[in-house]
Amino acid sequence: MSAVTIDQPQTPPSKTFRRRSKFERAISSLGFWRGLAGILVFLVLWEAAAYLKATLDFTIPFFGKLPAPTLVAAAAAEVVVQPGYWWSWVESFKRVLGGFIIAMILGIPFGLALAVNKYFRDVFFPPFEILRPIPPLAWVPASLIFWPTNEMSIIFVTFLGAFFTIVINVLGGARTIDVRYLRAAQSMGANQWHLFSRIILPGTLPSIFTGAAVGMGITWNVVLAAEMVSGGGSQAGGGLGFFIWSSYMGGSMEHIIVGMISIGIAGYLSSALIRWLGERTMPWQRAF
Amino acid sequence: MTIGAVPSSVDHATGKSRIELKNVSRGFGEEWAREEVVQNLSFEIKPGDLTCIVGPSGCGKSTIVNLVAGYDAPESGEILLNGQKITGPGKDRMVVFQETALMPWQTTFDNVAFGPKLRGDGARADIDREAHRLLEKVGLGDFKRKFPSQLSGGMQRRAELARALINKPLLLIMDEPFRGLDAMSRPLMQEFFLRLFEENRRTNLFVTSEIEEAIFLADRLVILSNRPAQVRAIIEIPLPRPREFHMMNSPEVFEIKREALAILHDEAMKSFGGSVGAGARQMDVMEARP
Ligand SMILES: Nc1ncnc2c1ncn2[C@@H]1O[C@H](COP(=O)(O)OP(=O)(O)OP(=O)(O)O)[C@@H](O)[C@H]1O
Ligand SMILES: [Mg+2]
Repeated sequence: MSAVTIDQPQTPPSKTFRRRSKFERAISSLGFWRGLAGILVFLVLWEAAAYLKATLDFTIPFFGKLPAPTLVAAAAAEVVVQPGYWWSWVESFKRVLGGFIIAMILGIPFGLALAVNKYFRDVFFPPFEILRPIPPLAWVPASLIFWPTNEMSIIFVTFLGAFFTIVINVLGGARTIDVRYLRAAQSMGANQWHLFSRIILPGTLPSIFTGAAVGMGITWNVVLAAEMVSGGGSQAGGGLGFFIWSSYMGGSMEHIIVGMISIGIAGYLSSALIRWLGERTMPWQRAF
Repeated sequence: MTIGAVPSSVDHATGKSRIELKNVSRGFGEEWAREEVVQNLSFEIKPGDLTCIVGPSGCGKSTIVNLVAGYDAPESGEILLNGQKITGPGKDRMVVFQETALMPWQTTFDNVAFGPKLRGDGARADIDREAHRLLEKVGLGDFKRKFPSQLSGGMQRRAELARALINKPLLLIMDEPFRGLDAMSRPLMQEFFLRLFEENRRTNLFVTSEIEEAIFLADRLVILSNRPAQVRAIIEIPLPRPREFHMMNSPEVFEIKREALAILHDEAMKSFGGSVGAGARQMDVMEARP
């Protein structure tokens, strides 16, 4: 046979146990129970503070001003059966995803073009860098005037929030690709298109997802602020930002907190979605 | 010293090529901050030889590799591969890089099959079969579906060898391929690589800064001077093949090592002395200031 026999790698021991589901693994980890205990302690303290206020009229700073978690839960139970509440979710998600997806569609090619073409970079990078430091919310008045509808201006501002982050990440990621990958591919006969599609694009994917995760966070910030500023459109379902704002106007602390928790959940779901997409698209990143 | 006899069983059809560097020069930087890295460098790599380039750190070894691989072009002089001038990268010369340059987003198998598939060299089934064969050969049969980050350092080097060999290069260029491996896997990789080389003696340009490694592997050593790199000495290694570790204990090897180390030490002292001198001059200037 072959003369090369040394240093044969060992075959990994075969797995005899059943692969456990993600959920099973989560609930059997100590970290999960510690996290749950932390949340419970927090809720108990909060409830106790509200109880003290009600029975002894003793106000613990900050906590004491809050309605008890049981009251918030009651308000939540009331709210979640109303279609208006869910329309707020739909409205906000529509804006977040609208702005975000447009930002990805325009930002990724723009960032890649900046990275691979010197002339393109020379022309477009300076104006980009001047516009980038302007906070998205500073665009609100101008875009309210510029765009025909409120909805369009909110989506535009949301788009800006994600766009700059995505472009900067894509540009940085593509520019820091190890030159040896490009050289190895060139030796093997890669042309310009191969270099782009086989090296630069996959090499930039991790940065694209980093940019997307950060951009998604910014997008939620911008949407909520814009919804509060613009009144969230005319109808009742004006988004989660409008939900909080109108609860504030109506003086319902319980509803404000329900709105805040809803946003927390919505933000978490959005970043979980991006993480999930990232793991699907980049299996090598999950490998250790 | 004499050249070790080339065994007659060698298959002269594969990977046999002659490389000639003729008065090659390459420098970097603008005129006012000019740095000559390679100057009037000439040497030859014989067909079927494993030629080791040894030189002080930073003397321009990787620059030479880039020139031969075609990633960079000499400012004057020329490099010939079987009499033809090298003008750019090509599949006739494959480089195994210092640390792993396997593409992290591809499985080991896809990395190995990358070149032929990119060029469309033959049917996919044939390419796949060849990739499987090479992976078995380098002992990675069970790791084909793993990503490079899941392989150990030694496995990564072997995968990289397979990725280069599948392209059937005329010349294999290796730039300190075993640097960064731990003391346990380095000798294993050296021996593994030797067996691979001795099987069909594909012409090899091997860069290392380890003199022991160079003597163990090479047919000839090209010892470089300090920057700008020039040939300081060429030493033929008369050890027979297949090489074995015990050969490293012979008085012959000891003599070669002593000679090579003396030259390298000399060169290292020059750069050291030079920089100390420059530093001292700088200090004088600083102290002379009021
Ligand atoms: N593209 C470049 N631009 C400017 N200077 C360069 C370039 N490439 C190499 N150099 C210079 O050439 C010199 C030699 O570099 P090179 O990497 O060839 O050395 P080396 O012998 O491979 O070193 P090492 O032992 O560290 O691998 C260095 O001083 C480096 O600064
Ligand atoms: Mg080097």
